[in-house]
Amino acid sequence: MASEPLLTATSAGELLELRPRGSWTASRVTTLESLAAAAAPAIDRAKSVKLDLADLSELDTLGAWLLEKLFRRAVSAGHRVDVTGVAANYAGLIEEVRQVNRQSRLPPPARNPVVARLGEIGRSASGATEDVAAFLQMLGSLFVAMLGVVRRPRSLRITSAVYQLYRVGWQAIPIIVLIMFLIGAIIAQQGFFHFRRFGAESYTVDMVGILVLRELGVLIVAIMVAGRSGSAYTAELGSMKMREEIDALSTMGLDPIEVLILPRVIALVCALPILTFIGVMAALYGGGLVAQFYGDMSPAIYIARLHDAISVAHFKVGIIKAPFMALVIGIVACSEGLRVKGSAESLGRQTTTSVVKSIFLVIVLDGLFAVFFASIGM
Amino acid sequence: MMPQAEQPAAIRVRDLVVGFGRQVVIDHLSLDVRKGEILGLVGASGGGKSVLMRTIIGLIPRRSGTIEVLGRPVGGVRNRRTQNIAGQWGILFQQGALFSSLTVRQNVQFPLRENLVLSEELMDEIAIAKLEMVGLAPEDADKFPSELSGGMIKRVALARALALDPQIVFLDEPTSGLDPIAAGDFDALIATLQKTLGLTVFMVTHDLASLNTVCDRVAALADGKIVAIGPMRELLQSEHPWVRAYFHGKRSRMLQPQAS
Repeated sequence: MASEPLLTATSAGELLELRPRGSWTASRVTTLESLAAAAAPAIDRAKSVKLDLADLSELDTLGAWLLEKLFRRAVSAGHRVDVTGVAANYAGLIEEVRQVNRQSRLPPPARNPVVARLGEIGRSASGATEDVAAFLQMLGSLFVAMLGVVRRPRSLRITSAVYQLYRVGWQAIPIIVLIMFLIGAIIAQQGFFHFRRFGAESYTVDMVGILVLRELGVLIVAIMVAGRSGSAYTAELGSMKMREEIDALSTMGLDPIEVLILPRVIALVCALPILTFIGVMAALYGGGLVAQFYGDMSPAIYIARLHDAISVAHFKVGIIKAPFMALVIGIVACSEGLRVKGSAESLGRQTTTSVVKSIFLVIVLDGLFAVFFASIGM
Repeated sequence: MMPQAEQPAAIRVRDLVVGFGRQVVIDHLSLDVRKGEILGLVGASGGGKSVLMRTIIGLIPRRSGTIEVLGRPVGGVRNRRTQNIAGQWGILFQQGALFSSLTVRQNVQFPLRENLVLSEELMDEIAIAKLEMVGLAPEDADKFPSELSGGMIKRVALARALALDPQIVFLDEPTSGLDPIAAGDFDALIATLQKTLGLTVFMVTHDLASLNTVCDRVAALADGKIVAIGPMRELLQSEHPWVRAYFHGKRSRMLQPQAS
């Protein structure tokens, strides 16, 4: 039944007779396209065209459309066109194809590349102000929701908050401990290696202690949490948005901010200081192990040096930053989640944006805190 | 096109058993779908209609039995032989299952692009042709699935299912979620396309109106077996208790006083 398609063109004077044969179906499309293209010049030359479909063994939409294109080409060139030999079972299909693609498609409007580029820059600039507005709006809504909780403490979703705390806090402990242990160990190793040259190995302990307590501990934990939990928040809220779950909540008279977002942000704000503390301890332990096995410093000396080098102020500087960073991560993650549109691609894009933006903001915030603490002399 | 008895079966299912865990959903089921007919499959919600359809197209593994589509045995969906048959069938999923990151045009072009070698221009023309055949305007071609209404999603999904001019089309509840007018239009569309393209249609549906108007034959699935199969008027006379309840229940009488 399936046979190689052919298009025989016989011209007699001004009459061109086209006889397609064989299978004009999608599986032969490459051959068909070249056949149809080859016949086109002959059609333009002729005065009248006869299309004889009697020898077709198979025809589908694609084949019918190619024949229809030949037909239209001849008609638009002003030729007289006869179509003969239409088999009864293909008549409906040919009739159907005759109706389609009647509107000429508008070519996409030509755009000046410079203008397009400038337009893009403008759009991203106005997008940035929108981002700020979205951030502030989320902060405001959270504050309002928080006030509502103060007025009616029972409206706080304790169960949900505790569950989120379990997810972003408790379940994050192993990975945070591992990473911070390694960070502490690496800093200590580098310190011993480089300080050894001028006999200042003992200052390694100061470096590890101050660096980890003041800056690196909270920063790395915040970045880990942004990647681990912030992205999860965005993806969860985004897919809830896609499946109209958030709309369903609103129509039941519940505030999505209060039900979904407040417990998540509260959990994050509680979890990050705890994780920072645990992470810092792990880093100091890692540094101590390196001190013992690489720097030949006994644990007693390490602890004594640490005791001299660091004070509660250093610890405070680090831990004070944690809840603010958590707030930033939570707000960015949740507002990006609510911006997800219908498609799977948009979910992915918002999740990426959420992580990138929250890490960026965490680092900016850390810088601002550094200026602040320097000016109050802490 | 009226089904003819001597025509070979497009889909041939023999002794099919499908189950999950201890539960047996399809129990030694046999079914023939003739070439060129529209077969409607009815059954209780959760009674295994979609499971049967998904098993035939290879998405769900079977415990035993044979499935032949167009004379060739079907294996799992990752099986190469099944993939070769996949060009011969188009599937309309219940929710449309359009690729959300592609436009309507790209969705319809996707099977063409993956399976054939053809020029962009022809691919555009074919996509628009298919969209017009299912009753959409060319302007809709550059929309994304999230911008479409439920009825339009079904139409685009049908256009995508028909992109390669398949011989068999599987429709999973094509009219669910559509208003009666849109559902009627969709039924008429399926009937027209079936005639013009010579399709075999396997339709899972609960819509009594579709069963009545477009289906050549109706198969009733109960207790994991086909308990009755035949033209609608034969099913209406069936003595099987479930089939009686389905077609002569309060709701169906209310809807179709002339049928009972």
